[in-house]
Amino acid sequence: MDLINALTLLGNFLIVPGLTYGSQLALGALGVTLVYSVLRFSNFAHGETMAFGAMLTILVTWGFQHLGISISPLPTALLALPFGIFGTVLFTLFIDRTVYAYHRARKASPIVFLIVSIGVMFVMGGLIRFVIGPNDQVFFDGTRFLLSAREFRQMTGLAEGLAIRMTQVVTVVTAMIIVVALFWFLNHTRTGKSMRAYADNENLALLSGINPQRVVFITWVLVAALATIAGTLYGLDKSFKPFVYMQLLLPIFASAIVGGVGNPVGAIAGGYVIAFSELILTFAYKKVLQYLAPEGVVVDSLMQILGTDYKIAVSFIILVIVLVVRPTGLFQGKTL
Amino acid sequence: MKHLACAVTAACLASTMAVAGGHAKSVTLGIALGFTGPAESLAEPMARGAELAIKEVNASGALLDNATISIVRADSTCVDAAAAAAAAERLVSSERVDSIIGGLCSGATISMLQNVAMPKGVVLFSPSATSPALSTLEDNGFFFRASPSDARQGQVISEILMEKGHRSIAMTYTNNDYGKGLADSIQTNFVAAGGKVTINTPHEDGKGDYGAEVGALAQAGGDILVVVGYLDQGGKGIIQSALDAGAFDQFFLPDAMIGDSLVQAIGPDLNGAIGSVPGTDSDGATTFAKLATADGFESGPYSPESYDAAALTLLAMQAANSKDPKVFKDKVFDVANAPGEKIFPGELGKALTILKNGGEIDYVGATAVELIGGGESAGSYREILIKDGQITTVRYR
Repeated sequence: MDLINALTLLGNFLIVPGLTYGSQLALGALGVTLVYSVLRFSNFAHGETMAFGAMLTILVTWGFQHLGISISPLPTALLALPFGIFGTVLFTLFIDRTVYAYHRARKASPIVFLIVSIGVMFVMGGLIRFVIGPNDQVFFDGTRFLLSAREFRQMTGLAEGLAIRMTQVVTVVTAMIIVVALFWFLNHTRTGKSMRAYADNENLALLSGINPQRVVFITWVLVAALATIAGTLYGLDKSFKPFVYMQLLLPIFASAIVGGVGNPVGAIAGGYVIAFSELILTFAYKKVLQYLAPEGVVVDSLMQILGTDYKIAVSFIILVIVLVVRPTGLFQGKTL
Repeated sequence: MKHLACAVTAACLASTMAVAGGHAKSVTLGIALGFTGPAESLAEPMARGAELAIKEVNASGALLDNATISIVRADSTCVDAAAAAAAAERLVSSERVDSIIGGLCSGATISMLQNVAMPKGVVLFSPSATSPALSTLEDNGFFFRASPSDARQGQVISEILMEKGHRSIAMTYTNNDYGKGLADSIQTNFVAAGGKVTINTPHEDGKGDYGAEVGALAQAGGDILVVVGYLDQGGKGIIQSALDAGAFDQFFLPDAMIGDSLVQAIGPDLNGAIGSVPGTDSDGATTFAKLATADGFESGPYSPESYDAAALTLLAMQAANSKDPKVFKDKVFDVANAPGEKIFPGELGKALTILKNGGEIDYVGATAVELIGGGESAGSYREILIKDGQITTVRYR
C-alpha cells in the first residue's frame, strides 16, 4: 500500500506534469529545429511566435465564447486553433518576405540571421503587448478535470491523490498526433522529402530541381503551425502571459540542442529530457521517502536536491554539459 | 531607561523651544506621498483624505490662535529613496513646513525619516507604511504611522490560525520585503504559539507555472497553505496549482490576497478560505466615507488613515499649544489614546475646543486608531471568510 501511495505521489507531481511539460517543450523544439535545419539559423523569435499564435487563438476563442459556440467538454480553444494557425502563418510569411528574404538573398551568415531574429522577437513582443496587453489572460473552458485528486482518493481508498486535467490529456494527445503527422509528412510526401533534401545539401537539392522558395514557404507554414499549437497548449495548461513565452525560449533551445539540433526525433526526446530533469531535480521527496522508509524512520528534511527557484538553471546546466561533452546532441544533430 | 532618557531630552527641548513656537498664526503641512510610481493610484485619494482633515480644521478656526493651515504637496515616489529624501528636504528647508504627512511606501518613508525628518527634527506621520522595520528604527520620537506594522498582522494571522485549530501550516511568500517580512512575522508568532511551520519558501511573481513550487509545498504537508503573495500575481498561480494537484484545499489569505478578482479567478474551490485585511467596524469609517463623497472624492485604501494622520498631527499641536515638532510630538499619544472624549471624523472642531479648554480627547477617527509601541496604529483587522463566492466578514480583531 505504501509503495502504491509513493508511486501515486510521483505520478501526480512528476510523471503527469512532466509528460505535459515535455510535450509542450517538444513541440516548441520541433519548430526551432526545423528552422535550424532548413533555413540554417537559430530562431530566437520562436518564443514570441508561440505567444503570437496563442494570442490569435485566444482572440478567436473569446469570439466563439461570445457567440456561444463550444465543443464541451473539450476547450473551445481547440476549435479556434486552426484560425490562430492561419493568422500566424500569414504573419510569419509576412516577416519572412520583409525581413529574412532580404538577408537570404545576400547569403548572410547564420549569426546575422540570429541577430535579425532577436530584432523580430522584440518587435513581435511589442506587438503582442500592444494587442492583448502584458497581463494574464484566461481562455480555458470546458471540463477542467478528467480525474480529480479527490475522486481518485475515493475511488482507490489511497491516502494520496492523482489528478489528471483535461488540458494535460489534450496536450499529450495533440502532441502525439502532430508528431506522427509531421514525421509522415517529412518521410512519405514529395514535399517533405524535398525539404529534407534541401536541408541536407542545398546545392545538390537546387541542382535536382527543387524550388527553394517553395521549401522556405512550407517550412514557415509548418513552423508557424507548430509554434501556435505549442503556445496555445502551454497557455491552456498553465497560463497565457506574454512574458512567460520569452522565458520558455531557454528550455526550448536546450531541448533542441540536447536532442541534436536539426534532428526532429532529437527535438522530441530533448523536450522530455529537459522537462523531467527540471522536475526531478527540484522535487522534494519527503513524503515519497517516508512511504518507502521502514517503520519507525521519520524523514524530517524536505529531501530536495535543488530549490524550485533553480528550475530554469537546470536546463541551462544540461545545455552547457551537452555542448561541452557531446555537441551533436543525443541523436547526432548538427553542431551549432 | 530609554524612555526616561527620551523624556528628559524632550522636556529640555520643550522648555527651550516652547517660547519660539507658541503663538502661531499660520501652520504649514507637507503632504509627501508617492504621486508617481507603482502605488500612484493610491496617492491621490490619500492626499485628499489628509486635506479633508486640514480643511475641516481650517473651517473651525479653533487651531492655536486662530491659525490657518496651508498645504504643500511633494512627490515622495515609492521605490526611489533618493527622490523621497529630496522631496522631504525641499519641504523642510525651502517650504518650511511644520510637519509632514507621508510617505506612502515603506522604503521611501524610511529614507525620508533617516535623511530629513530625524536630523532636522520634523514630525513624519505616515498613513500607510507597514514594514516591521519602522517599529524598531531609531526615530527620536519624530515618526508615527496611522497604519499597523506587518508584525502585528503576523500576530493576528497566527491567532486566527490557532483558533481555527490549525497546528501545522505550509507557507509561501512573494520574494520581496513585504512578503518576507510578513511571512517571517507569521512564522515567529505561530511557532511561539506552539504551531509548526512545515515549510516557508519564496515564490517569484510572473511565472507561468507554479507546479514545482506546489510540489515542494505538498511534500512538506500541513493543514493549511498560507499564501503571502499578490492576488493578481504568483499568489493566484500557487492557489490554482495547489487545487489542480489536490495538494491543499484550505488556504489562508493575508491582506494583499484579498480581492474580488481572486475569488472570480479561482471559483467555488476557494470557498472556505480564510484571511485577514486591515479594517474596522467603527462608525468612523462610514462617517469618513460620507465626508469624502461630500468633498468630491472616493475613499480608497489608506485614505481614512491619511485623514487620521493629518488630524492627529493638528490635534497634537493644539494639545501642546505649539506648532513646534519637538514639542507637539510628545502630545500625539495623548490625543490618540484614552482617556478623554471620543472624537470621530467631522468632529475635529469640537476636539480642538475641548483641548483649548484643557480637556482630554481620545481620537477614534476614521480607522479607530489606537497608538502603541513606537507610535504606530495597533491596527484592527477584519477576519474574512470566502463563502459562496463572496468575501464575508467573520469579526474584527
